[in-house]
Amino acid sequence: MGSLLQMRGVRLTYGRRRPTLALEGLDLAIDEGAFVAVVGPSGCGKSSLMKLVTGLRRPTAGSIAVAGKEVNGPLKIVGMAFQNPTLLPWRTTLSNVMLPLEIVEPHRQRLRRERARYRQQANALLALVGLENFGEKYPWQLSGGMQQRASLCRSLIHEPALLMLDEPFGALDAFTREELWDVLQELWMRRRFTTVLVTHDLREAVYLADTVHVMSSRPGRIISTHDVPIERPRRPRMAYEPRFVDIVAGIREEIRGKREERSPTAAAEEPA
Amino acid sequence: MRSELLERAVPWIASFALLLLWEIGCTLFNVPEFVLPKPTVVAAALVQWAGPIWFHASHTLVTTILGFAISVVAGVLIGIAVGSSRLAYRGFYPMLVGFNSVPKVAIVPVLVIWFGIGTLPAVLTAFLMSFFPIAVNVATGLATVEPEMEDVLRSLGAKPRDIIVKVGLPRALPYFFASLKVAITLAFVGSVISESIASNRGIGTMMVQASSDFRIALVFAGLIVTAVMGIAMYAGFAMLELRTTRWATRRMDFDADD
Repeated sequence: MGSLLQMRGVRLTYGRRRPTLALEGLDLAIDEGAFVAVVGPSGCGKSSLMKLVTGLRRPTAGSIAVAGKEVNGPLKIVGMAFQNPTLLPWRTTLSNVMLPLEIVEPHRQRLRRERARYRQQANALLALVGLENFGEKYPWQLSGGMQQRASLCRSLIHEPALLMLDEPFGALDAFTREELWDVLQELWMRRRFTTVLVTHDLREAVYLADTVHVMSSRPGRIISTHDVPIERPRRPRMAYEPRFVDIVAGIREEIRGKREERSPTAAAEEPA
Repeated sequence: MRSELLERAVPWIASFALLLLWEIGCTLFNVPEFVLPKPTVVAAALVQWAGPIWFHASHTLVTTILGFAISVVAGVLIGIAVGSSRLAYRGFYPMLVGFNSVPKVAIVPVLVIWFGIGTLPAVLTAFLMSFFPIAVNVATGLATVEPEMEDVLRSLGAKPRDIIVKVGLPRALPYFFASLKVAITLAFVGSVISESIASNRGIGTMMVQASSDFRIALVFAGLIVTAVMGIAMYAGFAMLELRTTRWATRRMDFDADD
């Protein structure tokens, strides 16, 4: 399988007068169908990475290619979900899930004629995440975890080739979060869309991803890559096995080490 | 159950209490009728002059609604322009605020010079008084769309127009309806101001004439009719607001477990 996403020497700065360097010398390649996590200290530019890959922002320097094509505008083959479920309160859950279909071509053209078929698709997706009877409810009638499930459905309804998740479970309680890990894993195993999960929860990254990329603090770049050779489907109890714990501990040590190494001089000089 | 009944009755009780206090006060301190007529005298004037009052009040009502209708259309358009574009926001917002700070009484003479005495200046004054809150509220609703929501839609290839139609406008609806309630009462103020300066019909004209004839009871009758019309329109729009934007008020609570 080839790379779906190729980033080479990417730099991103914000602001004109006193530019802040968010990303510098970032290289990243992601294979088609892979489940990848990007972890790093807060403020390392993980969200900037999301914006670059989805074409919402252009890099200041370097190149980004998705499916072999240079990214120079919003990509329709991408689905996104955030920590905040951002469901529209005036729409039912089902209609929220179907929102992308009203925008993305070719569904936009077909939606009116084939509404029944699309509704069925959306309902099937809702059922897959355990929301089969909640399509007609409004988002504010759902709990936080249910809203996040619906948000996941919305990001997948147009069958994107690339799913970008920006700390999607960050605002949930621990039990709900682990439940949703399994929901996401189940979805991924069925459909095998390429997934990039941006998170600061190392256990989450290791539990879900096959490859974990570690980012440095600002300016962010990929400083190391870890493979997670644990078979699927992964189950909650596996998170307590030594091989799992060792990977998490290894990444944690590495991030902590980098921080200590940098902290005395970090303010004075930024590495080029 | 009893508290609900009380809640329904309390606006009436409070209004009645005020009238009662007014009546007793006037009797007790022997206030001359040309300074402050008693509510009973005002009520008598209302009955006695019912015909002319209706003639003028209905005219004011039509004037106000016309001006208000224009301000809804203009306010929404201005609000969309200002709220959906940063550049338009920066360019026009100071102008809007400045314009809104000008006392509208000062504009009426200008309108009279342009359009003559009569209904048109009153309609325009009602419009000028009331479009600002509508524009500001619609703009606020549009400008406060969550950045993540915008990212989701933009990443799907949504055009700015899609975002306004799918997210911005529905989001702005509660703000819009809230502003209508304020705007309609301001529209009344506008039309009555203009009528009392330069018109030969309308409740404002009637009050000015009654005042110069020393028919103070009739002046108060006019004030009360204006207030009642204002309350009625306000209540109408409040009801409309409640019906159209139920999702924003969230009266119902459902149990949801995950």
